Amino acid sequence: MISRGERVANYVILSVFAAFTLFPIVTILGAALGPADSGGTSGLGNFAAAWEIGRFDTYLRTSLAVSSFVVVVSVVLSILSGYAFGTMRFRGQSVLFYLFMLGIMMPSEAIAVPLYFDLRSLGLIDTFWSVALPQVALSVAFGTFWMRAYFRASNRAIVEAARIDGASTWRILWQVLVPPARPAVVTLTVLVFMWTWNEFLIPLIMVTSESLRTAPLGLAFFQGQYTSGFTLLAAGSVIVATPVVIFYLFLQRHFVRGLLQGAVRE
Amino acid sequence: MSGGRPPGEPRRVAYLYLLPAFAVYAVFLLYPIGRAVQLSLYDWDGLSLGRWVGLDNYLAIVADEGLRAAFGHALVLVVFYAAAPLAIGLGLAAILNHAKVRGLGFFRTVVFLPQVVAMVVVAVAWRRVYAPDGTLNTLLGALGLDSLTRGWLGDYTFALPAVGVVGTWFESGLVTVLLLAGMSRIPGELYEAARLDGAGAVREFFAVTLPSVRGEIAVALTLTVIAALRTFDLVYVTTRGGPGDSTSVPSYEVYHRAFGLSQIGSAAAIGVTLTVVIFVISFGINRFADRRVS
Repeated sequence: MISRGERVANYVILSVFAAFTLFPIVTILGAALGPADSGGTSGLGNFAAAWEIGRFDTYLRTSLAVSSFVVVVSVVLSILSGYAFGTMRFRGQSVLFYLFMLGIMMPSEAIAVPLYFDLRSLGLIDTFWSVALPQVALSVAFGTFWMRAYFRASNRAIVEAARIDGASTWRILWQVLVPPARPAVVTLTVLVFMWTWNEFLIPLIMVTSESLRTAPLGLAFFQGQYTSGFTLLAAGSVIVATPVVIFYLFLQRHFVRGLLQGAVRE
Repeated sequence: MSGGRPPGEPRRVAYLYLLPAFAVYAVFLLYPIGRAVQLSLYDWDGLSLGRWVGLDNYLAIVADEGLRAAFGHALVLVVFYAAAPLAIGLGLAAILNHAKVRGLGFFRTVVFLPQVVAMVVVAVAWRRVYAPDGTLNTLLGALGLDSLTRGWLGDYTFALPAVGVVGTWFESGLVTVLLLAGMSRIPGELYEAARLDGAGAVREFFAVTLPSVRGEIAVALTLTVIAALRTFDLVYVTTRGGPGDSTSVPSYEVYHRAFGLSQIGSAAAIGVTLTVVIFVISFGINRFADRRVS
């Protein structure tokens, strides 16, 4: 049905676009694996050197701690609130729900400045909490929306049966509803992990000590300090990007579906 | 969102389930946005006592040339972040959906990759591409176009478009994948009917494909327009708003004014304005999509 010429044209167009996408990625990978401009290292040795000089071990540890905390807390809180919105009726339900919806669109630029000054007066600036808790708040808005949609669509008959058997709401949630919700929870986990790992503004503002810098923040500072060539900076970039890219390659279907359904965030 | 009451009789226990999420949300998001509105009405340096100035900080957004420019730059970025990727995405998705292309999975993985990489990493990579001795100039040199080479991010004319192209690069794959998901759901009979009516590929695209993915277009535009308006990391790492203020954008101004110039009230006002603009645009795009569907 498709002519040969058209097919060739299609492949040419797609290849050109794939090349455009890969160009900066290849640029940075090539630089990271090339000979160091300062001499000494090359290839994989660059990663070891960047790891050491750029202190990426510290940054990755902070990122991992912040991301784990934000993911675990916001997913659990979202399951609880999504359960309430999705399966129960109560006074003020829609008002409360719209309040949560506001948070999905809220840019962190708007809240970061007042948060900085209020947390500063509480002495909480430059702590783990000042980085993690605002991100929990931003993630919980989307998470509530996401889990609510799932629980609304869940099987009502099973819930009623469990209730007649005398199961408490708590047991219904964790033993009846959550086990089949695993795909929805995994999607939420992946999205929140990605957003938290890549967040830049909140750590930039909230943190001054080096030990609390997240990986993207550490990379930005490394760029500012390490000016004697690009090789180690490129290696550092690859180190910062790798955890999320691995996650993505494993779970790409979830990513796309999650983005489709959570369209209003970001 | 609409239709179908949730199951279950009225339950007070719902408040207990909501409480933990709402508490964090209220303390770290609702309260700060309220404080942002309050701060935006003051002239405050972050240390001494603030001075009440009413709506002056908001009026400055209209009157102050630098601030007006920042919002103008954001609009330019919308073209690069949203309009260009939509055009590219429609073309690529139509090709991918139409032709049985080999390596579709690989292509989809590649074009979506920019979305998952931290923006700081993206910015570092593109700085390298745009550097005076970077890969773009090397490429231009190899093509015999040495006259075009320059330090792209240091050029008053080209710095903003250069930042914009990164947005096009970043968002095109996302838009393509979203539209492709929508197009793959279009029933084949619609195309057959169009064929029988004698429609060519172009008319088929405008009569069948485009109307069927209106919802996906709305999603794609919402995501990309908001991303354009929120651009921060990219500007912070590549240009810091320069040269001059040729690439300053609202979210960078929020940061720069609050933590560089100690103009907290002005920073808060820009943040609040940005939030309102994002709300209005999101609702506008979704209202538009809903109305057209029904």
